[in-house]
Amino acid sequence: MLLTREEVTQIAALARLALTDTEITLFQKQLTAILDYTALLQKLETGAVPPTATVLPLHTVLREDVPGACLRQDETLFNAPQTQAGYFLVPPIMVKE
Amino acid sequence: MTVTSPADLTIHEAVMLLDEGTLSSVALTEAVLERILTSDNDVRAYLTLMPEAALEQAAQADTLRNALRTSGASLPLLGIPLALKDNLSTRGVPTSCGSRILEDYVPPFDATVVQRLKRAGAVLLGKTNLDEFAMGSSTENSAFFPTHNPWHMDCVPGGSSGGSAAAVAAGEALAALGSDTGGSVRQPAAFCGLVGLRPTYGRCSRYGLVAFASSLDQVGPIARDVNDAALLLSVIAGHDAQDSTSLPDAPLDMATALCGHDLRGLRVGVLVDHEGVGVQPAVKRAVLAAVDTLADLGAEMVDVQLPHSEFALAVYYLIAPAEASANLARFDGLRYGYRAAADTLEELYNRTRGEGFGAEVKRRLMLGTYALRAGYYEATYIKAQQARTLIRQDFEAAFAHVDVIVGPTSPVTAFRLGERLADPLQMYLADIFTLPQALAGLPALSLPCGFDEEGLPVGLQLTAPALEETRLLHVAHAYEQATAWHTRRPNLTCSN
Repeated sequence: MLLTREEVTQIAALARLALTDTEITLFQKQLTAILDYTALLQKLETGAVPPTATVLPLHTVLREDVPGACLRQDETLFNAPQTQAGYFLVPPIMVKE
Repeated sequence: MTVTSPADLTIHEAVMLLDEGTLSSVALTEAVLERILTSDNDVRAYLTLMPEAALEQAAQADTLRNALRTSGASLPLLGIPLALKDNLSTRGVPTSCGSRILEDYVPPFDATVVQRLKRAGAVLLGKTNLDEFAMGSSTENSAFFPTHNPWHMDCVPGGSSGGSAAAVAAGEALAALGSDTGGSVRQPAAFCGLVGLRPTYGRCSRYGLVAFASSLDQVGPIARDVNDAALLLSVIAGHDAQDSTSLPDAPLDMATALCGHDLRGLRVGVLVDHEGVGVQPAVKRAVLAAVDTLADLGAEMVDVQLPHSEFALAVYYLIAPAEASANLARFDGLRYGYRAAADTLEELYNRTRGEGFGAEVKRRLMLGTYALRAGYYEATYIKAQQARTLIRQDFEAAFAHVDVIVGPTSPVTAFRLGERLADPLQMYLADIFTLPQALAGLPALSLPCGFDEEGLPVGLQLTAPALEETRLLHVAHAYEQATAWHTRRPNLTCSN
């Protein structure tokens, strides 16, 4: 079943991806083909089968709450695209009306 | 072939020569760097090279070896030049994951497996190419350039750890680390005539491995023979408090793994065909001949079935992208990595990610977002997780009757560059034999078992129950001792 352009655009918005028109057209076809293939899972009877989220026998892992070594400010900011006065600089989150 | 350069030695051969004093780590590292100089213009295995640092580490290793000689102590990888896939964090060394979005990123810390290699005395040569964020089966999804297969320069080296495999095959490193989410260590090892090992999920720490699909990702060695793969595994394995999915230390008996040629009493399940997948005749022939060799060594062949493995591809391509869509949410252009010009935060996110990620990553993020959407989640993601349970149960049932399962690593040998790029689903189908083990968290190993008509290597895959790496390596080693495939090296005909 072909995904609509609107669906592709909506998924891209949820994934925070700005797509070009060409990409939307391409992904519309390719995602449809992949999702059509995965539809074969609907043949499986899975009523009472528990889902596997992890193969591990481990559950919640706890550790002592002790402070360890941490990064210095200059190491923390080293990769930042923009900084100011020791902070990460980002566009305004709230704008005054 | 006769070994003409130390660059073509296995780790255990090099260690012997280093211990004898007939080879120095500096000479060994120089030979490997020389090979990189002559071959890597064509192979293009490396994204980052650290020749000066490597030679410095080699000189230190030589000094340390002399000091240790008097005390009788030793380090397992002292002075051995190795390569790292570029999704393993390295302190002070760029770690791009093959992506524009991390092109200039320099981690402030080492991955645990990198720390362990350093502690074992390894010389680190550089970082190898990969499909962007390890998403792919050919290394063509690297944002920078494709890597070529040293056995045939028009062919892909496999992926996603294609740079690591190509480097080892070309003598540009003695061995390397890769990561395996759905086959990314085993399939490139198969395509490049090497041994690739995916450890049991949780055996090796994922701390500092840039996450793709957290319930599947494992670090694993790519090496020239089983002995070397075992050695590397013994160095990188073990519990790590920094990774909450790391298992408690479990036994790994290298002496047992690497002794003997006798497989009497071993029950081997054989799985060669797969519903709906054309296995290349040369692959089938080589794998069946390998099965005969195992029988000659005394193993008993038993029929096994994994009835749900036909669903593995569908399960994988819902679960892995779903996990990726959550993991890759961190690449938002705020604290590190690429940032697009934008006036608002929303626009910054969308453009940074739209411009920073390549097509395959975007495709999978969309797929994962689709699978996790409210209202669709039960029918897609939960359904896939239920099918994952059935795949695990298939293995449990099979391992009640057999000790290991053998089959092809890939249905095909290395394909031509560009051949499969247009059709993602066809590309995904190349992973059909390596996905079930990843979904079940089981250890599996690929080793060379022959060549096709074009001289391209064929990989034999062995699978064992969880934490039975010792058994896996034992069977692989016995097979390797009975054959000579692993001694072949590609003929590097370079353009310069």
